[in-house]
Amino acid sequence: MYTKTLNFVENKRLELSDSQLKWEIFFKRLLIVMSAILVLVIIGVLVTLIQKSMPSIKSLGIGFLWGKVWDPVQNIYGAYPFLIGTLLTSFTALIISIPFSYAIAIYLGEYNQKGWLSDLLKNAIELIAAVPSIIYGFWGIFVLVPIVRSLEIKLGVAPFGVGICTSSLVLAVMIIPYSASLGITLIRMVPSPLKEGAYALGATRFEVIRNVVLPFTRTGLFAGVLLSLGRALGETMAVTMLIGNTSAIGNSFKEIFFGPSNTMASVIANEFNEADHDLYVSALIELGLVLFFVTVVVNLIGKRVISKASKN
Amino acid sequence: MENPIVKAENYNGYFGDNHVVKDVNISIKKHEVIAVMGPSGCGKTTFLRGINRMHELIPGGTSKGKILLDGQNVFDMNVIYVRYKIGMVFQRPNPFPNLSIYENVVAGYMLNGIKMSKADKDVIVERSLTSAALWNEVKDSLHKKGTFLSGGQQQRLCIARAIAMQPELILFDEPTSALDPISTSSVENLFHELKSNYTLIIVTHNMQQAARVSDKTAFFYMGELVEFDDTKKMFTAPADQRTQNYITGRFS
Repeated sequence: MYTKTLNFVENKRLELSDSQLKWEIFFKRLLIVMSAILVLVIIGVLVTLIQKSMPSIKSLGIGFLWGKVWDPVQNIYGAYPFLIGTLLTSFTALIISIPFSYAIAIYLGEYNQKGWLSDLLKNAIELIAAVPSIIYGFWGIFVLVPIVRSLEIKLGVAPFGVGICTSSLVLAVMIIPYSASLGITLIRMVPSPLKEGAYALGATRFEVIRNVVLPFTRTGLFAGVLLSLGRALGETMAVTMLIGNTSAIGNSFKEIFFGPSNTMASVIANEFNEADHDLYVSALIELGLVLFFVTVVVNLIGKRVISKASKN
Repeated sequence: MENPIVKAENYNGYFGDNHVVKDVNISIKKHEVIAVMGPSGCGKTTFLRGINRMHELIPGGTSKGKILLDGQNVFDMNVIYVRYKIGMVFQRPNPFPNLSIYENVVAGYMLNGIKMSKADKDVIVERSLTSAALWNEVKDSLHKKGTFLSGGQQQRLCIARAIAMQPELILFDEPTSALDPISTSSVENLFHELKSNYTLIIVTHNMQQAARVSDKTAFFYMGELVEFDDTKKMFTAPADQRTQNYITGRFS
């Protein structure tokens, strides 16, 4: 028979359920509040940015976005060169990084899932993300700049060594781990009955990857690429060290791509300390606002693509 | 007449806009074994999960109408309390993989934060495992992980876990469809023994199983409760043509 305590528990059940439900409601509210705080912080950041860039928005207007000249001494501010610099470095880096991150994800996710080599490679890739960006800046100056310079001599363009090309290369290395490690996890999660179904029909490993694994993980892999892009858009330190810091924009694509330039993040990092009058400071903050919006827009587009792709 | 333990009054279940259970009225007495059968997608599982309000855990899952448990509408009751009183066993045996057999049996108490002495736990474990016809097989390995057991043993462990909470009613959602024939018969035999203490509602795909284990059978088709009657009558002289068609295998 049940002992006294158990009868006690039995009788207390309704009361206990009520207190459990109260805690449940409290817990849910707590979660909502915690999440809401984060949203408030983001809104706060946005409000501050808008507030501080008001002087610049008022005096420069919308033309700020496509003004090609940035000359603080003359009080002329145009964001166009930096917009181009940011987008060009980020997308070039993305294009360079995608084959590497996909290859790594497929190799470590499908071909070599276990064992010391797999662990070593996976840790090495995660280490890439953990290295402070200033170290990539140094590495870029000592290794990439000379390489790019000799390339530029062969191509017959001015051999600056620094510029968008060099920045994109270092950015590419920096963003690989974001999409690669997500990709590894996703590819390892593909249900094996699905893969076995294809193997049993006589498919090779490559065919299984192309026709089963990649379609199954497509949206997730794309999300990883987006994560990388977000990182590339905002990366400041390494890019600032390698981009050459010139606010003028070249005339041809070759000139822009191989010449020194500036991104939105790098110009803010370089000039914020020297900004000696209010409009200058405000214009730099407005650049930050533009960068914020570019990042948001890129993310929104990506999310749209993901939700469309996952519906098909 | 004895009061029913479960009574559904115009119960409707939805997945978003999809109306999957339509105006079900049913009255179930204590200590009966009820089989619920019907083709795939007929709403039988949704109806079952409506009883202990598990249906509303699924995003988009909503219910309308009443389900009375001992005369009280479950939708007006504390949902935690409803699930205290109604045990449930799922299609695939789902013992908690991180817990031992012993801990799995008292998991309901642990999850709800009820503290008990070792002696009380011992009593519950032995009683529940005995009722689930598993005690003799596992009494020497109570502290091994539950996942080492065979499928049928795992399912009986899940039944013991449900019994341990002293429910008034136990719901079974196709409890043997993932089991081999021997395990299936061990679980089916158990139904006969559980009947004296509990009311059982068993959703099953398997008509022979419904005929073997139940006192009464409910036949669902396209979200409607077509027929609910004594199992013997249902399988020999069904009142509705659709039931006749189903049990003679004209559709599945």
